[in-house]
Amino acid sequence: MSQRIRTWCGAGLAVMAAALLTFAFWFAINHPVRADESDMQDYASPLEVLLSPDGARIYALCQQSEEVRVLDAASFAVIKNIAVGRVPRGFSLSASGDRLFVTNSWDDTLSVIDTGTLAVIATWPVGAEPSSVVEDRAGKRLFVANRISSNVVVLDAQTGVEEKRLIAGRGASYLTPSPDGSRLYATHIFPNPSPHRTAPESEITVIDTARAVVVDRMPLHAIAGVFHLAFSPDGRLGAVAEYHPKNLVPLAHLEHGGAFADTLTLFGADVGKMVEVPLDELERYASQPFGVAIAPDKSRIYVTCGGSEMVTVVDVPRLLRFIHTHPSPYTQDLSASSNYVVTRIAVGHNPRGLTLSRDGRKLFVANRLDDTISVIDTRTNRVASTIALAGPKTLSVLRKGEQAFYTARFSFQGQIGCATCHIDSTFDGLTWDLEPDGFGRDIVDNKMLEGVKGTEPYKWNGGNPNLPTECGPRTEKYFWRSENYDDRTLTDLVLYVRGLAPRPNRWRLPGGELTPAQERGKALFERSQDKFGKPIPESNRCSYCHSGPKGTNQKISDVGTRKPTDNSGLLKAAPLTSIALTAPYLHDGSARSLEEIWTLYNPDDKHGRTNDLTKDELNDLIEYLRTR
Amino acid sequence: MKKICMIVMFLAAGMLAFAAPPKMPRYRFENFTTSNGLPDNHVYSVLVDGERIWAGTENGLAVYENHAWKTYTTKDDLAHRAVLSLALDKRTGDVWAGTMGGLSRISGGRIDSFTQLNSGLSNDVVYGVSVEGENVWVATAAGACRLDLHTDQWTLYNERNTPMIEIWVYGVSATPTKVYYAVWGSGILEYDQKTGRWDKYEDPDGETEMVLFKDQGLIHEITTSVSYVDDILWAATYFGDSRYDGRYWHNFLTKDSGLPSNFTNFIKGVDAQRAWFCTDKGLAYYDGVNWAVYRPSLKDGKPEMTVRDADGNVTPVAVTTAPAHNYILGIDFQGDDIWVATAKGLSHGIRQQQ
Repeated sequence: MSQRIRTWCGAGLAVMAAALLTFAFWFAINHPVRADESDMQDYASPLEVLLSPDGARIYALCQQSEEVRVLDAASFAVIKNIAVGRVPRGFSLSASGDRLFVTNSWDDTLSVIDTGTLAVIATWPVGAEPSSVVEDRAGKRLFVANRISSNVVVLDAQTGVEEKRLIAGRGASYLTPSPDGSRLYATHIFPNPSPHRTAPESEITVIDTARAVVVDRMPLHAIAGVFHLAFSPDGRLGAVAEYHPKNLVPLAHLEHGGAFADTLTLFGADVGKMVEVPLDELERYASQPFGVAIAPDKSRIYVTCGGSEMVTVVDVPRLLRFIHTHPSPYTQDLSASSNYVVTRIAVGHNPRGLTLSRDGRKLFVANRLDDTISVIDTRTNRVASTIALAGPKTLSVLRKGEQAFYTARFSFQGQIGCATCHIDSTFDGLTWDLEPDGFGRDIVDNKMLEGVKGTEPYKWNGGNPNLPTECGPRTEKYFWRSENYDDRTLTDLVLYVRGLAPRPNRWRLPGGELTPAQERGKALFERSQDKFGKPIPESNRCSYCHSGPKGTNQKISDVGTRKPTDNSGLLKAAPLTSIALTAPYLHDGSARSLEEIWTLYNPDDKHGRTNDLTKDELNDLIEYLRTR
Repeated sequence: MKKICMIVMFLAAGMLAFAAPPKMPRYRFENFTTSNGLPDNHVYSVLVDGERIWAGTENGLAVYENHAWKTYTTKDDLAHRAVLSLALDKRTGDVWAGTMGGLSRISGGRIDSFTQLNSGLSNDVVYGVSVEGENVWVATAAGACRLDLHTDQWTLYNERNTPMIEIWVYGVSATPTKVYYAVWGSGILEYDQKTGRWDKYEDPDGETEMVLFKDQGLIHEITTSVSYVDDILWAATYFGDSRYDGRYWHNFLTKDSGLPSNFTNFIKGVDAQRAWFCTDKGLAYYDGVNWAVYRPSLKDGKPEMTVRDADGNVTPVAVTTAPAHNYILGIDFQGDDIWVATAKGLSHGIRQQQ
């Protein structure tokens, strides 16, 4: 009897303990301590780094503290912290070095800093989500790459007055001038639109700086996510960091290098025809390549790898010898990089921008999630010193969560991290064939994470009840194929993802009013009768499924979009947050534009009553949706 | 008496023989067809872009550069093989092509296509396109529309929000002050860029087959093309052409002008006084007083140029070349040269010194 009582008591205690643990986990998830936006603001988060022309100063672009921090390059002492706009993303010096231009990606402005006084002397409006800026050699024009408007805005360099906008790749983000300044090379982080389930297509947009026109678009086949580009000083070698996703095959072969190749595309007279070379090696992946620098003597290429938390060093003569003696392609060849990657230098969390000293002896690397700058001695390929930027000494849960989000260390052989597909915590514009639904089944579009809090259940089919499930077991089992997160890390990660706030909506007027077209569209969104006076059943109104501030009632329904490859037509009502940015659409990404949701994929009016609408009314509806 | 008549006739004939016709531009035409690089002989539209020439054909968009043709097709993401209209964004160098299957933008070799299914474009049959500032103005078979390149917003114009009666829109000419649409069966629509208001010009007699009130308004409702230059509107119809200076109309018909035909496919003003008329019976040039017509002879196909002076005297000019065909569909200018789209080839008119 006593044995039975002990057994029952033990079982009861175990259940209670489990319940307590579950409650504690739930409580931590739902009642985070200091888990708000202000928590993130404490950190500097250096994203890019520059040296003054004389090498005496270091400029660090700090994204979270929204500053340019100016340091003495010899002593690393702080000279000044200069406040700029919201979420700065890119900066560069003027041709003469007397001005520093900073793109503020969340308030769509450009800060102009006088490098003599270290004061902001002008703030100019630019395009949507400016991410990089370059002045031409003559000091006449500024070129600004805008991620949301996918263009390069051309401004008068003295007045900031806009001259024109040049179409670039989708998610235009990074600009690099050629060594002679005659050309500007723009890269972009989301692939250009292409037919459903075909290889992604990207480009390097080439701009003639004298005429300010696009003169070429260098194709990057099967590439999605193109970052910094660099030239050798003689202009004969160009290299660009990029992701080569393998999204057309089931994501079931991480153990065979089956998710991404992390690559460089090389071009220029030294190379001849453009060629893509992998940086990965078995068990030593170069996850999330981002920044590129080429040594002044063209002996080395340095690439920051944000997910692998290291700098990959490439021997250029060996690289050129390899590509000239081995016929491409070798993107998938994990043995290729051993021919030219000479070392990998561990740095801090999420290394991003980098710059070389003029003599090439020092390499400065901005470790975004460490608030440090690694100074690498390029003769020894070792970190000679680490500059700690002022900021909190402890890591908040959100900071730890962000580190967990960006690192690739949790995945099998360190191949990928959350941020590999959710670039800069957003999305990648790709569709994927995930394993759990069966090979070739349930193709899914990758979704934006911002505003994800409170939109459970997750996955397109609503199969995951909450973020801990979505980010934990599902991710570990089907993506990482490796170790599990510990509870604390998972909590950190979930809190970080939950805290991702939507970026400012560029289609809303200041003050929140709607344009006449948006007003008409809102009326259509909320209507309860069709144009013939017939009542629209509540469940078939836009505003029913896409209700609430985030545009989802969080319920599962069949809106007639099931494809032959889908196991079920039941889907969760997708949130509408930042819907204008996140093409392609529908669960499988088959709709390339918002229009196609209704012009192609709603023949039976099951995805809302829309077939009574005229074309201009459908345009109005879309204008309204863009404000969400 | 008989002798006097003979002398008068002789003198008259002598005066005619020795009266010099007005000096009108002469060209040596070099013609391009499938035999020398064009993808198709049926050329709907032509656009001069510096040293590059774009030809919208029935079978692709061809570009002539460095003495060689390159063709873009639907395999290159062109919206449709038949390219009806072309426009250049002079600031960016982008070319816009209106096709039978949508609107395409050609930028640095990349083609983005907008259709009625994937975008806010009102209809896939794009007869006309014109770029002004940040706006692309489009004429389609189901109304007009505008794409704002800053906001990506499409605004449609049709019978519900303009005075348009028919929605078959054939041509468009956009300038910083006014935008004009040629609406087939509904005259001309005018959009004032400053006020955002629409106005309309119709044939005042309302007769589709007759001209009862010449010079009192637009010559006909069946408008095909418009060109607004130097504050002058040049309008083409299938039943004659018109010039409007904001106050007065002046109409052109074969019976009282040098037009070779009242059936005009396309019109392009050079300035307030001069214009080119692309008709089914040849290419006509009007310098404000005199006319010149360039075409293969309608009788024997031999090159032909005629000049008509202010008094109506028509003088043949000896030429050895002519546009590829008399059915003219479009024209553009390259300095003093002209490029002409015809139903059977593209012609480069090289200006000759006189």
